[in-house]
Amino acid sequence: MGVGIEVKELNAWYGETHTLRSISLKIPANHATALIGPSGCGKSTFVRCLNRMHETNPIARVTGSVKIGDLDIYHGVSPVVIRRRIGMVFQLPNPFPTMSIFDNVASGLRLNGFRNKKALDEIVERSLRRAALWDEVKDDLRRKSGASLSGGQQQRLCIARTLAVDPEVLLMDEPASALDPISTAKIEDLIFELKSEYTIVIVTHNMQQAARVAENTGFFLNGHLVEFDATTKIFTNPSDKRTEDYITGRFG
Amino acid sequence: MTRIRFHQSLDDLKEKLLVMAGMAEQAIERSTEAYRLRDLNLCDQVQAAEPGINRLEREIDQLALDLLAMEQPMAVDLRFILAVIKINADVERVGDQAVNIVERVRDLYTMPPLDVPVDIPRMAALSGSMVRRALQSFIDADADMAESVLTMDDQVDAMNAGAYKTLGAIIQEKPAQAQYALDVLFIARNLERVGDHATNIAEDVIFWVRGADVRHHLRTGS
Repeated sequence: MGVGIEVKELNAWYGETHTLRSISLKIPANHATALIGPSGCGKSTFVRCLNRMHETNPIARVTGSVKIGDLDIYHGVSPVVIRRRIGMVFQLPNPFPTMSIFDNVASGLRLNGFRNKKALDEIVERSLRRAALWDEVKDDLRRKSGASLSGGQQQRLCIARTLAVDPEVLLMDEPASALDPISTAKIEDLIFELKSEYTIVIVTHNMQQAARVAENTGFFLNGHLVEFDATTKIFTNPSDKRTEDYITGRFG
Repeated sequence: MTRIRFHQSLDDLKEKLLVMAGMAEQAIERSTEAYRLRDLNLCDQVQAAEPGINRLEREIDQLALDLLAMEQPMAVDLRFILAVIKINADVERVGDQAVNIVERVRDLYTMPPLDVPVDIPRMAALSGSMVRRALQSFIDADADMAESVLTMDDQVDAMNAGAYKTLGAIIQEKPAQAQYALDVLFIARNLERVGDHATNIAEDVIFWVRGADVRHHLRTGS
């Protein structure tokens, strides 16, 4: 099951550049939450702070607190543990090109020392089913490489790979922006299905996509979280003029 | 991603609706003048204008539909287009009420004039003023002005109720005048409906400007 995320006074820097400024919000469990805003507004930095990927950059720095469920991820917890509990899917599908479909999905578990072959078979099948890819690849699991799939299939393969380690939170950074409309629809349907089991945070430039998949939406601008509210409120009657100006195309 | 062309299209939509609203407003004025003067020429003018109003209604709906499909508007723009679609229907119905009135005027023309104790011109002035004010609030995006229209509707309703009582009594007591009284009763009813359409337009303006649904006496939000 998914867990809630509580962010308090989160600040992030790249060198001297202050990219996130005092962000506080609560992301509810088992909901999809969309983050929107113009390029460079801080939304991707924000999700990278949720699984401590931001600090992988040597000049990056973070202050504040992020709680994933009861786990305070910036205090005494290994990033490896965190990334097992918080999966991430990126803009461009990145399957391991030389691995089979099966091995791609199994890779995270194997890295964690999982060796039970029968259980591995079950988990790979379950993950591919959850990612709505099983029916399309079940006959080629070990024969075809991940790279042989279409872009949309590759992205669902990456989602399956993420789900295989059974995370509680799924972060998605523009997961459909490189995909055609049919593949995009499949990813969106998948998000809808998955939120009953996971907490999903999705960064998107596509506001219609945010409106379609997310119950809550946050609008970022210049490192600030300007507004966070129910998606229907944000897209029909936002409280802040800056949100309205952005989503109606009056700036950006 | 500023959307200059889209916002120009919204202006075009508003302008087209105002052209149509002007035609409907004129039709109501002419229809009540036709009643007052027993003027069949004015009746002709009202009926001749109706196809133009109907054509504009279809054009506005099509333009609004195109913008919804092609531009996927959000927030105030989405509310504006929804308001336009609904105001469009109400304005077209105002035009229909004018046609209904002149049909009754034509029937009245076949009978000798009667002095019925119902002040149709006053009722017409009030409902016409509601339409004008509702449209002005739309032009100015003025929710406060739109709210003032809502309070005027009670007066028109009261006048219609009074007409119903007075003319109902004539129909019962003076069968020879029943047809005449019935025609006037229908005209009063048409004017009361014009007031209702003005109220709807005002409510849609409030929804557009404030994002608040005030229909059916819900409280207004700011």
